[in-house]
This record gives sequence, C-alpha cells and structure tokens, in this order.
Amino acid sequence: MSDKIKHTEPLIRISKRDDLVWWKSWLVRIIAVVLALILCSVIIILLTGYNPIQVYSVMIRGSFGTSRKLWIMLQNLAMLLCISLAVTPAFKMRFWNIGAEGQVLVGGLATAAVMFYVKDSMHPLLLIIIMLAASLLAGIVWALIPAFFKAKWNTNETLFTLMMNYVATQLVSFFIMIWVPSGSSVMGIINQNSQAGWLPEIFGQKYLLNILIVAAVTIAMFIYLKYSKQGYEISVVGESENTAKYIGINVKKVILRTMGLSGAICGLAGFLLVSGTNHTITTTTAGGMGFTAIMVSWLGKFNAAIMVLTSFIIVFLQRGAGEIATKFNLNQSFADILTGIILFFIIGCEFFVNYKINLRNGHKEGK
Amino acid sequence: MKKFLAIALVLVMALGLLAGCAGDPASNDAEGGNDSDFKVGFIFLHDENSTYDKNFMDAATAAAKACGLTDDQVLFKTGIPESDQCYNAAAELVDEGCDLVFADSFGHESYILQAAKEFTDVQFCHATGTLAHTEQVPNFHNAFASIYEGRYLAGIAAGMKLNQMIENGDITADGAKIGYVGAFDYAEVVSGMTSFYLGARSVCESATMSVTYTNSWFDIALEKEAALSLINDGCVLISQHADSEGAPKACEEKGVPNVAYNISTISMAPTTALISSKINWQPYMELIIKAAQDGTEIPYDYCPGIEDGAVELTELNTDVAAPGTQEAIDAAKEKLVAGTLHVFDTTTFTVDGKTLDSYMADVDTDDAFTPDTEVVSDGYFHESEKRSAPYFDIKYIDGITEK
Repeated sequence: MSDKIKHTEPLIRISKRDDLVWWKSWLVRIIAVVLALILCSVIIILLTGYNPIQVYSVMIRGSFGTSRKLWIMLQNLAMLLCISLAVTPAFKMRFWNIGAEGQVLVGGLATAAVMFYVKDSMHPLLLIIIMLAASLLAGIVWALIPAFFKAKWNTNETLFTLMMNYVATQLVSFFIMIWVPSGSSVMGIINQNSQAGWLPEIFGQKYLLNILIVAAVTIAMFIYLKYSKQGYEISVVGESENTAKYIGINVKKVILRTMGLSGAICGLAGFLLVSGTNHTITTTTAGGMGFTAIMVSWLGKFNAAIMVLTSFIIVFLQRGAGEIATKFNLNQSFADILTGIILFFIIGCEFFVNYKINLRNGHKEGK
Repeated sequence: MKKFLAIALVLVMALGLLAGCAGDPASNDAEGGNDSDFKVGFIFLHDENSTYDKNFMDAATAAAKACGLTDDQVLFKTGIPESDQCYNAAAELVDEGCDLVFADSFGHESYILQAAKEFTDVQFCHATGTLAHTEQVPNFHNAFASIYEGRYLAGIAAGMKLNQMIENGDITADGAKIGYVGAFDYAEVVSGMTSFYLGARSVCESATMSVTYTNSWFDIALEKEAALSLINDGCVLISQHADSEGAPKACEEKGVPNVAYNISTISMAPTTALISSKINWQPYMELIIKAAQDGTEIPYDYCPGIEDGAVELTELNTDVAAPGTQEAIDAAKEKLVAGTLHVFDTTTFTVDGKTLDSYMADVDTDDAFTPDTEVVSDGYFHESEKRSAPYFDIKYIDGITEK
C-alpha cells in the first residue's frame, strides 16, 4: 500500500537548499532581527519596566550619539575586523585557528618590547618600521608553530592553537614582571612624554590611521581570496585535501603559507593595538577579540566584504550594551543578555537560510 | 523586486514601532529633568562581582545619596579595562556633562591623567595611584587610605587566636605559623602583609609568617589552591590580599581561622572567619563630590586614616575569636589614633637581623623606579605620609619568609 510508505517518512524533514534568492535570504535575516527585538522588548519590560524604544535608542546612541562615539565604534570595528580577516584564510582552508588571541598578544608584545627598549633613540619612522616588522614576525612565528606540527605530523590544530594562547598570556605577564620591577603588574603608558613609537594622528584623529590600514587590508584580503591563485588553492585545500593533492597542490606548503599570513595579520592587529591605540601591553590587550573574530568570520561566510557588516553588528551591540548599562544604571550583564538574544537570532536564522523544512504533507503536495 | 524590498522594510519598521509601543510610556525618562546639572561619573575595572569594585560601587552609591544626587546625576561605567578604553570612558563621561570623574583601578591612572590634561574644567580623581604629587596637574588627584592601620588591628585578632591555640595545646609556641596569600609582590601587598604580621606579633611573640603569591588580583581557584598549600605546609591561620573568596573558602573546608580583606566573610565561612579590614571610600567620595559642586579644591593626594572613618574593621566573629580580642583591638586603635603607637615602629622589627634606621623608598614614580625619599625618622617608618599609595616594599622583615 502506498499509504504505508508515506507513513515511514518523518513528520519534519530537513533538506539543504542553495537556491534561495538573495532578497529572500535577507528577508529571513531581517525577520530574525525583528523577532529578536520583540523578544528583547518583552524581557526589558518584564525585568526593568523601561520603555524598550528608549532602550533601543540609547543603544543606537552608543555607536552614533557623538562624533567621539562614532570614532570609537569605527576603531573597535577596525580592530575586530582586522583579527577576523586574519583568521579567515585559515578557516577557509578548514584549519581551525583558535589562536588569534595569542597571535595578537605576541604581536603586541613585540611592539611593546621595541618601544620599551629603543625609546626615542631612533628616527621615528625607522622605529615604527622595526616595531611593525617585529610584530609581524612574532605573529608569524606564533602561527607557524602549530601549522608546522599540523603539516608534519597532522597534530590537532584546534587544541594546539588554543594552548598557544595561554602561553602567550603568560609570556606577557612574564615580561611585564621584568619591565616593571615595582611588582605592580601594570605597564602603564609606554613613552608617555616622548610618544616614541606611537602611530601618528592624521587629520587630528588618533584612530584614522588604524582604520585606513585595516580598510586596505580588507580590500587586499578580498582580492587575495577571490581572485588570486593562492586564494584558489586555499579553497581547494579546504574543500578536499585529496583533490588538492591530485591536482598537484602542495598541501603542506599551502598550510604553512596560509597560517603564516594569518599570523602576520594578527601580528599587525597587535601592532595597531599597542602602537596605534593603547600604547601599553596587558594580558588583556586582545580582549577576547581573537575569539569573537571566529564568529565574525563564520557569520561573514569568509567573505571580507560581508565581514565588515558582521563586525559592525557585533561592535554596535557591544557599544550599545555598555551605553544601556551606564544610562539606565543596569548591570552590564543585563545588556549582555540582550546582545546574546540578538546574536542568537542572527546566527540561528542562518539555519533557515541554508536549510528547508519539509512537512510530510507539504512534501506530498510538492510531488 | 525593489517594490517587495520596500514593502518588507516598511513592515519591519512598523513591527519595530509596535514592539516599542508595548512598553510602558510613563516609564523613567533617561534624560530626566532635574534642577542641578552637576554630574559625577565613575569608572570601575570590573562590576559588583569583584569584591574590590563592589567596595567602591557601594561607597559611590552611598556618597551620592548622602550628597542628595539623583540617579541621573550619577553615571557608572563598569568593566573598563586598563587601556585606551579607560581614556575613552572618561572622555565620554565628560561629553555626558560630568564635572567629576573617578576611576578605581591602579592601571587606569595614566589614561585618567591623559584625560585630565585634556579636559581641564573637569576634576579627575583616581584611587591607588602614585602620580598626582609629582605630575602636579591641577585637576588630577590621587587617594588611598592608611589601610596598614586596619591590617595591624586585624593582625591583633589573629595573634590573639594564635595565643588561644597555644594555650589550648592545639599547637606549640613555635608552631604559630601564619600563611599569607598575596596577589603580587607589590608595595601595596607587602605593606599590608607586614603590618598584619606586626599586629599579630604584638600579641603573639613567637608568630612567624609564610607568604605565597598568585600573580593575579582575582583568581578564585589559584587563591584557594595557595591557601590549601600553605595549610599543608603547617600554617595554622591564613590571611590574604587578593580580591576573591578563594582563600576564606579553603580555610572553612580545612577548619583553619582566616582574616579577610574588603568584605566580611562570616556568612561564607561562619566557623573560621575572624575579622576583615577594609577601606571605606564613602567619606572620600563625599568630599570630592562636595568639593566639585562648590568649586573648592580637592586634596591632590589624600590619605585618610582610621581616625577619619576611612579604614574600618568589619564585625568580629565572636564564635571564632579568642576572648578579649575586641578589647585588645579597641585599646590599640585608641593608641593609633592618639599617635602613641606606630605600626612600623622600628624597635618592633628587624631586617636581616638589624634595626632599620634608614630607608629610601620609591615615592616619586620614575621609569627606573629609583628610591628617592628617606622615610624612616623618629623611630618609625612613615608609611603613606609622603604620598597616599603605600611604599613599604621591604621583602621581608625577619619572621616573614616567602614559600
């Protein structure tokens, strides 16, 4: 009986789809955000009694309220984007580089070391070049160690890169202890009076140079991944190592080269954070961005252009959360709950973009 | 297709509005109209989950209330790291109209100083810092408190307890060994542990102390582990200078008496908590708020003591403390206030077997951390008199050893 066959089919069946028109997929995402905002509104009313519209408008003010806030938002966006761009080629190659945090830290540490030892005894431009070179090198070395082990002995790169983060953190603690004999564990601003090794302000904006550098890296990464031969090799290795081998790609070489690139950009981020932003080094200089970057990169589907948008969303939510906490005298955790809900919906809706849910009846009609 | 997009967008906006209207329209107006435009902003390293920051936050809230400020006049920024973000937080508070900005963590200092130099109309106060007395920026101020006096008194409670244990035959006089969990071997910590030890030894002559560092200001697991290893080493009483409840909990598990810092730990360790010393920041915060409101001068480097109510002891746990402890503490406190007793009296301790008759401390911060000021005179080490932040960094006086 044909009935019998139909009944063995599950009530809900999930199938992959790749035929969704672009506007439909964006509609799904917009609906997800709206649903998230509605849910957040309910939570805001229930837990705090504030007017959600007011809360949302304060949230928007967190990024756009004043020109200072706008610059801070752009700066945070640039830093997060820079690290996200760094992990992207590795992820595209299916090399799980969880070690961006550590690679950024050692890059920053190298910059800080040069600033600390050289001080103002060198031509400013030469000093900056040496600092940049040192941080790129540090980032590359930190990324190449796990890549080498992966290429040579196929070790698990997720664990390896993760553990390298802790080593980097301890290394920073160690050097701060050497550099600050008082034992306060606080480096303070390096070269506060001479400003030696500080990236210059351009047009009177201290973050502008950082932002422009990251913008250039974004464009370069977009072109590299999409149009270069090496970018193509990365996608092939990511899709299937055997295919790559078959068509004559040297997989080990691609792994090492790509991780080197990943580490170099992390090193650059460390350089920008120390020389262009904080002018100091602490164990929290990377501030968890090395992990957030993973989410930015995945949400952006490893596409540098979309990642600009995804890092904007994350930074916008973070800045908004801080603003809510201050303005409404709420605990920072409450603001984080709202951010969490919104992110959950944004990530969750990708499921509906990528998969189709077939009900048993719907399926029959479809036939 | 474009038409569809437009419709979709309109729909989204309508939904958004609808979601908003569900709210209570009569709710609190964030911009709030009040008669005074005076505002004060606070910058905290963590939030109330850290005992260190909670101590500041409670004081700030209480001081604002005592000064009659409304909620709209007080802005808190929590979770601000010791980086450029601290400068940004300060600048944003100034943008919001704050006339006074306070930051609570040592590493905030250079960023607050940077903001102070830029926004000369706004008063900036920073706790635990060391730069105000040398930088002499008119609107930048440091503050601390003579917490070593509180530590000394808490040490008396510890010494009395050790005496009781010796009398009961639980330990021998030579076995009166204290364990101390420190965060870093920084002057603030060294000063605190030494005054605590001197307080204990003032009543229990045979007391010795073993110190270990966690190299972190806040790490529950590490602090607990450090306390346990000290107990295993034969320490019969524990105290600590770190911001978590790790050590008190380890002591409660092992039944070892504990002297805490910043908060009373009696509720989490009812059978072992003795007493805690703490800085009460409320008087200082009231002082700076009033000064900023009236436009009067704020002391550039302020260090109130036990006589000003800035250094306090929390409630003594009489279930654990030896009889007579409260009386002994009160008597010593009276002498401290009267100035007849000095915590770092050089006749009460030796360094490498010798009396300390001269010591150059690093009072004026410089890149090389050069000792620059003579701090021993009139028979005692003048702690927190040359600047508010502690500078007693002698590791160690005889009787204290590092584990």
